[in-house]
Amino acid sequence: MTRKLVTLVFVLPALLLAGCEFGKKAVSQVGPRGTGLNQVNDSSSMTKVAAVPEPPYPLTPDMLEGPRANVTYQNVKVLGDLSTEEFNYTMAAITNWIAPTEGENAGCNYCHNPANMASDEVYTKVVARRMFQMTRSINSTWRPHFQASANGENAGVTCWTCHRGNAVPKYVWSSGLPTPNKLAGNRRGQNMPAPTVAYASLPNDPFTALLQGKNNVRVGGPSAYPTAHKASIQSTEQTYGLMMHMSQGLGVNCTYCHNTQNFANWAQSRTQRVSAWYGIKMVRDTNDNYITSLGSVWPANRLGPAGDPKKVYCTTCHQGLAKPLGGYPMLKDYPGLKGGYHSDTPGAAAPPVTAAAPEAEPVPTPVAAADTTKPAA
Amino acid sequence: MAYQNIFTQLQLRGEYEPGVPLGPHNDPRYGPFGYTYWLGKLGGTQIGPVYLGKLGLASLIFGTLAFCIIGLNFWAQVNWDPIQFVRQLFWLALEPPPAKYGLRILPPLQEGGWWLISGFFLTLSVLLWWVRTYVRAKQLGMGTHIAWAFASAIWLYLVLGFIRPLAMGSWSEAVPFGIFPHLDWTAAFSIRYGNLFYNPFHALSIVFLYGSALLFAMHGATILAVGRYGGEREIEQITDRGTASERAALFWRWTMGFNASMESIHRWAWWFAVLTTLTGGIGILLTGTVVDNWYLWAVEHHFALAYPATGIVDPATLPGAPQ
Repeated sequence: MTRKLVTLVFVLPALLLAGCEFGKKAVSQVGPRGTGLNQVNDSSSMTKVAAVPEPPYPLTPDMLEGPRANVTYQNVKVLGDLSTEEFNYTMAAITNWIAPTEGENAGCNYCHNPANMASDEVYTKVVARRMFQMTRSINSTWRPHFQASANGENAGVTCWTCHRGNAVPKYVWSSGLPTPNKLAGNRRGQNMPAPTVAYASLPNDPFTALLQGKNNVRVGGPSAYPTAHKASIQSTEQTYGLMMHMSQGLGVNCTYCHNTQNFANWAQSRTQRVSAWYGIKMVRDTNDNYITSLGSVWPANRLGPAGDPKKVYCTTCHQGLAKPLGGYPMLKDYPGLKGGYHSDTPGAAAPPVTAAAPEAEPVPTPVAAADTTKPAA
Repeated sequence: MAYQNIFTQLQLRGEYEPGVPLGPHNDPRYGPFGYTYWLGKLGGTQIGPVYLGKLGLASLIFGTLAFCIIGLNFWAQVNWDPIQFVRQLFWLALEPPPAKYGLRILPPLQEGGWWLISGFFLTLSVLLWWVRTYVRAKQLGMGTHIAWAFASAIWLYLVLGFIRPLAMGSWSEAVPFGIFPHLDWTAAFSIRYGNLFYNPFHALSIVFLYGSALLFAMHGATILAVGRYGGEREIEQITDRGTASERAALFWRWTMGFNASMESIHRWAWWFAVLTTLTGGIGILLTGTVVDNWYLWAVEHHFALAYPATGIVDPATLPGAPQ
């Protein structure tokens, strides 16, 4: 009897602790004490920063001189404002980023017809052109998303940020098949251990509804008493699902952005929430105007089961880190990918708005992007 | 010999204890079925007799119907795969109708129709069981305290699944049947309505819930501690106060200056338990109908502290913000 009890005393706690993460945790306080505004990180399970490839060769200032690429080459519609040397340098870099392997259809041939480099007959060249427009738009129009970065004008994305050596980025989404209008097999888009929402039973495709188009992400009651604001529990769960994705994709918990005493309240949120807000708008712009808008350019093997192309979400760039690539300012080596590099920057910032917060620490002032509705030609 | 308790090392075996004779308009009882050693470790060793009756039978039938409808819906959702049914059981759910159906009596079966049907059967089963607890208590010449305590729990159940959805004008506001899904519902409900912890009725409910646990622990510990003086004979101790009762009372007067009596401690416990679900139900009913954001409500009523603003401005309100 005693032996049984002793066994139980050791086995039972061991079983109960089986789901715990052991090891040292790094805890940092990010808000007023007593509010639970803490970031808890288990250093052993944090995402490691991936290596960033070196530029193909140094880009020297004299290489930026000389005839423009659209004069030297035919059918250069986006990067034509680069010098021929910088254009070649950029092409060498993206070959390494997108289609690095050797072979008949890899390298340059992944997008180009080797017999006629100017031809648009390979669909990937049409896509690549749109991707250059997208990259430049992100790096110019969506500056507010990078406002918290210490990298200044070098904060932004390159092709590598998403692609990491793959023709199709590893972390993308497309819509699932619509649920069958019958009982068998119908989960109503939720209630399964789905990795997209951290294995919760939440709606597991919050992306179709919230990371394209203009649906409202906001669900929390905006004032103490009922108003015209309506949000069902189901739409709340959908937003919740999207937040689980953001949490996983960035390797952070809720309090990285929110004061969880009242998720909806901006006045007590952290500045990271502003970046995230612009991030959601940026992702929508990217999906609507640069990926979905390519329409029939996408061949069948690049479409999801519901016939829509593979689109971006937070994880596409972030890949488990609050700052993609650990905040490495990769864009500094590829000035040709900056928006408006050789022309006027379209993203004009709104006048600064300061809130009355005498005791609060100074935070970067949120800014609104100028105009994101139009696709960049 | 019916009188046994958990302190008794002996398990007596003898003639079955049949219970009191019942008057007319009662159904027969089934059993007794025998003695069990292991249940004797926890309480009475004798199993039965059970009074099933028409109410009990009807309640069990409707409850089984609801249980089977929910289970078969779960099973259908995994395409009738028994292994996936077990593996994903905690994730599966029978969801209420989507918002577009409002309060329609019977939406399509696969879109919440089965939820309404099983909810109806489950409610019927619970209410019949309530009547059963009332009638059985009357037949035994008891008070109806158990029935009214049960009614308090039924109140919370009805508010969550019936009364509040009626007030909100949509079945979609109700709770799904499912292990994780009902927990997700709870979390989403709190997030949607500005944090339920700032709902004062939720706070009261928690006070009574945790208070119930505290009272239960205090009372249980007190009686166990004076068991060596016959303290578990609580009812006798009420009318004929013995040394167990004296010592128990003395202990609490010494340690906190006040003691409940052998009788009043049970009223304390009953009210704490009943008020848990009573206040909880009120709190749920007010959410979304009267109050849309409990945190802002609590700050407005000086019930919660407003922390200093961080200086962050909702970017959607800035000029030129993307829509």
